[in-house]
Amino acid sequence: MSQFPDSTLAEQNLQMSKKSVLELRNVNIFYSDNQAVNDVSFNIRRNKITAIIGPSGCGKSTLLRSLNRMNDFVDGARVEGELIFGNENLYGKEVDAVEVRRRIGMVFQKPNPFPKSIYNNISWGPLINGFNGSTDELVERSLKQAALWEEVKDRLHESALNLSGGQQQRLCIARALAMEPEVLLMDEPCSALDPISTARIEDLLFELKSSYTIVIVTHNMQQAARISDYTAFMEMGDLIEFNVTKKIFTRPAMKRTEEYVTGRFG
Amino acid sequence: MAQEQYPDAALASQPAEPRAARSIKKSGVLWGEFAIKSWLASCSFISIVTTAAIVILLLSETLNFFESVSPREFFFGTTWTPLFEPSSFGVLPLVWGTLIVTIGAALIAIPTGLASAIYLSEYASDRMRSIIKPVLELLAGIPTVVYGYFALTFVTPVLRNVFPDIQVFNALSAAIVVGIMVLPMVATMSDNALRAVPVSLRQGAYALGATSYEVTTRVVVPAGLSGVMASFLLAISRAIGETMAVTLAAGQTPNMSLTMFESIQTMTSYIVQVSLGDTPSGGVAYQTLFAVATLLFAITLVINIISQMILNRFREVYE
Repeated sequence: MSQFPDSTLAEQNLQMSKKSVLELRNVNIFYSDNQAVNDVSFNIRRNKITAIIGPSGCGKSTLLRSLNRMNDFVDGARVEGELIFGNENLYGKEVDAVEVRRRIGMVFQKPNPFPKSIYNNISWGPLINGFNGSTDELVERSLKQAALWEEVKDRLHESALNLSGGQQQRLCIARALAMEPEVLLMDEPCSALDPISTARIEDLLFELKSSYTIVIVTHNMQQAARISDYTAFMEMGDLIEFNVTKKIFTRPAMKRTEEYVTGRFG
Repeated sequence: MAQEQYPDAALASQPAEPRAARSIKKSGVLWGEFAIKSWLASCSFISIVTTAAIVILLLSETLNFFESVSPREFFFGTTWTPLFEPSSFGVLPLVWGTLIVTIGAALIAIPTGLASAIYLSEYASDRMRSIIKPVLELLAGIPTVVYGYFALTFVTPVLRNVFPDIQVFNALSAAIVVGIMVLPMVATMSDNALRAVPVSLRQGAYALGATSYEVTTRVVVPAGLSGVMASFLLAISRAIGETMAVTLAAGQTPNMSLTMFESIQTMTSYIVQVSLGDTPSGGVAYQTLFAVATLLFAITLVINIISQMILNRFREVYE
């Protein structure tokens, strides 16, 4: 597999370390005895959207969850290899997984707002982590970033569960943004939403790109093609191809990738 | 043109072959259905009839009782000596006895039970759970008379080592064993309530950099609060109604003392005492049985109503 055929390995490494937020080096993930991800290496660039695509069960969600140690809660899950985040391995012995999750946020497939008010959904994370600024400003800023402010500004103290599915998902994005994470992981964030809500969230991701690094797992190839800068294509736990999105969708290097993105399987 | 493009559509528009002619009218009265339905209904009526009969009996005997004793004396009197002269019918000592045993039991069972539930649902490994859960169920399955005996032969002697002036029959020992007795109920019901909180909520909280403790106390317990509160109230209800252990451990001395070191009598132990048969039926002394039982019933009913109100108010719906 050749990621950047035009440059030498040394050049690549130099370039990447400047621009990369996360570097995956020979990552293997196991569930008890089953290997879900095989020897995956690629870099996640700062202020870019990286999409991970592939058929069901290819290990893309597993890989995403390993990026902020959410796999820690799965019994028997084990990660080998290195995930370098700011010169440190995410799975190093002295790493505090809670701190990792403060810096690398996550939005889930199904909207999961807390059964609290809209306001408290946003302020909860920062408050438990010692935020001592103005929560009013924080809530407003986060909701504006998630393009939800106009819709909810008059009912901030109502339960978040009264919102529509699309609004709930944007609330979950706002909640993650309130922590000002360095990386935002998104696990098929639009799969439970209607096309209009999906379009709003895609627009939102474009805007967030300037200040955040986003990694998104998606089932929807059109979505990956529309919004991402880089795409990783996975199959059966292997990283088949990683490249700029345009190349993956127009001139993929691997036959398998071509077959997948043109809809011949998956 | 259209038919050429969609040959299936042409097929579908043809009329289906008629099936074998068979009427869809009822072929007669469905006696089997009717019999089963009647039998099931009569079973469910048994409980309604029984409840109604008990309530009517309690109320009518209680009204008879209040013809001889004024409600004022019953509810506000502080001496309970209905079985000997001079007889006095102030129920407060019995209510007090029940109250201190229940409060003592709740102080033991609620914090311990909730802590166990949190441990079981949030921290324990599956292996640990598979050991603790059956033990809790075993604890819940021990006959209450065994708890009473345990109080008398183990708890009280231990307490006497610590507090030498404690009586053989005392409220503290009763409160401790009743607390242990209702603990499994709090633990199991709260555990179920906490485990019913969707995993996605926990994940959402963890993804915001929360610790296990923060996830548990700020997200999981509030989301499962209705079930947790229900377990507390049911445990209190059960402690109020507990009879055998309390009768054995706390004795038969109606008493309004503030210390838990003395013998007391609860409403239920009094009912046991009278039911044992020395009291001739029909007299006022006998009717006290029904008055006390009605009061007990009323108290439990009020707690259940309050619990329902609390549930509705504190409920955090999560779906």
